[in-house]
Order: sequence, then structure tokens, then C-alpha cells
Amino acid sequence: MSEHETQQHPLGVYFWVWGWLFVLSVGSYLTDVISMHDYLRWTLITLFMLVKAGLIMAVFMHLVWERFSLTIVIIAPPAVLLVALAIFAIESRYTISSRIQHFLG
Amino acid sequence: MNESSATPRSMDSGLRGMVGDWSSDQRAFKSAGWDKSMMWLFLLSDIFIFGIFLLGYMAARTSAVEPWPDTSSVFAMHMFGREVPLLLIAIMTFILISSSGTMALAVKYGYEKNRRMTAILLISTALLGATFVGMQAFEWTKLILEGVRPWANPFGAEQFGATFFMITGFHGTHVTIGVIFLLIMTGKVLRGSLEYERPGFMTKRRSRYGMIEVMGLYWHFVDLVWVFIFAFFYLW
Repeated sequence: MSEHETQQHPLGVYFWVWGWLFVLSVGSYLTDVISMHDYLRWTLITLFMLVKAGLIMAVFMHLVWERFSLTIVIIAPPAVLLVALAIFAIESRYTISSRIQHFLG
Repeated sequence: MNESSATPRSMDSGLRGMVGDWSSDQRAFKSAGWDKSMMWLFLLSDIFIFGIFLLGYMAARTSAVEPWPDTSSVFAMHMFGREVPLLLIAIMTFILISSSGTMALAVKYGYEKNRRMTAILLISTALLGATFVGMQAFEWTKLILEGVRPWANPFGAEQFGATFFMITGFHGTHVTIGVIFLLIMTGKVLRGSLEYERPGFMTKRRSRYGMIEVMGLYWHFVDLVWVFIFAFFYLW
């Protein structure tokens, strides 16, 4: 029964992911070391971050081997944070403009 | 009951399987026991906590009138005769990734009922985690001696201090709790409590090797959060 289901996967998968996590971390660290700026830097940082997060969740946390009914519960709700992101971004843009106008202007 | 209902449609995979699982009038999460499902639910709530922290950080940073300090030089260390940017943070990142690797292997060897390897890997994970917390304490000390406070910051915007201590502090607390539970779990593995399914002292539930996987979920989550903190707070 599923109550006693185990997660057994070949050792190679874990080492492969482990290695990639190192490579990707070096990659994102390099954006700082060789002083990349602005959009190129932000794009690379975000890309490396998402791939690392994906690898950890998929393999280390076994989500690729779970049933979709569980995976969707974990993946879908955080998407709401993107809505909050948009609201916060608009709000803080207004805040900075009024601060500049009233405190510095 | 006829024969066709003995093999329910819910064991389909993908989207159809999801609809089947959720409408099956039984447990919705058929690939996970209650312990694993509840750990995932807890982690989901934790995702929102850290998500809101990072959003709050974004709002504070974009609305700060004073310039945001250059994290690259704030967290630089003097080594090899020059300033190496973000050196300590990079090392902490690699340590945490390594601990995630040893944790993943501990889960695997646990299911293979290899007591010795599981215990060695769990204790390695705990040691790497403790090293991480130690380096974080070192980093905090350095910043506090330089005058950074939750309400003040000599390098620029005051909000930097507030978000730094809150976000890394909350993450460090998670790592510390993880280390404590890893040590408890190592003890259980070494005593053979998992192998002989002895009841736990608090819940009286029978111990199983699946507990290591659930513990692992928490630990990988701590690593996962650090991936986002590393990107947004230190590198952005």
C-alpha cells in the first residue's frame, strides 16, 4: 500500500543533481565576481535560481515521483505570490515617488 | 462492488489522475502518507512566510530614499591580499548544498535499511548545517561590530539592516531547528528504533524509515529558501 511506499532511485541521479547545483551556484556567484550589471545580471541570477530550485524540489524532494495531486498543491498556491509581487511593486513605486517629492523635493 | 471499481481510475497519472485522486472519496494524496502530506502542508505555509519576507524586502528596498548598500562589498572578505566579494556567503551556499546532498543520500540509504551509512550521512548533514549557522553567527558579529542594526546602517539605507536581520535570522532559526532534529534522528537510527519500528516517545507512532524522508523534506526546504535569499538578497 501507498502508506508504506518508499522512494528508491539510483545513486547517480543524486550525484548528478548535486553536481549541477554546484555548477549553477558557481554560475550565479560569477555574475558578481566578474561584475555583470543590470538586466544581464538579473536575468542570469533569476535563471540559475529557478533551475536550482527546480532541481532541489524535483529530485531531492522527490516531486517528480509524487502523484500530480500532491505536486499541484505545492506548486500552484505560491503562484499567488506573483500577484502580491505586482501589488507590492506598484505600491512601493508610489511610495518612493511621494517620498522624493515631499522629503527631498 | 464490481470488478471495474477495484482498479479505480484515480491511479491514472497526470491531470486525469489528479481529478481521480481528489474525487475518490478517500485520501487525496495517494503517493504520500499522512506524515509526508502534513510536512508538505507545513512547508507550503513556510513558503508563504519566506515569500512575504522577500516581498517586504523588495518593497522596502525599492521605496528607500537612501541608496541601498552594495552587498558585494559589504559582505566581502579580505583574503589572499585583496577583497574577495561575497566570499563567506559563497562558502555558506556550497556548505548548504553539500548538506542537501548528504541528506538526499541519507534518505536513500535509510530506505535500503543501511543503518551505518544513514547515521553517517545524517550526522554529516547536521555538522554541515551547524557549520552554516556558525558562519552566519560570524557574519552577524562582523556586521554588528561595523554598526549595522535593525534600525540603523552606516552603509546606506536603514531598511537594509531590518531586512537582513529578519530574513537571515529566520532562515538561521530554521537551520538550527533542523540540526537539532537531525541529531535526534541520528540517535534513533543508531539505536535501531526505525528498523524495529519502536514507538516514538511523544506521538507513540511506530518509527519507520519514511521518517527520514519527511525530515529530509524539511532540510531540503531550508536549502531551497537559501537559494532565493542568495539570489535576491545577496546577488541582486
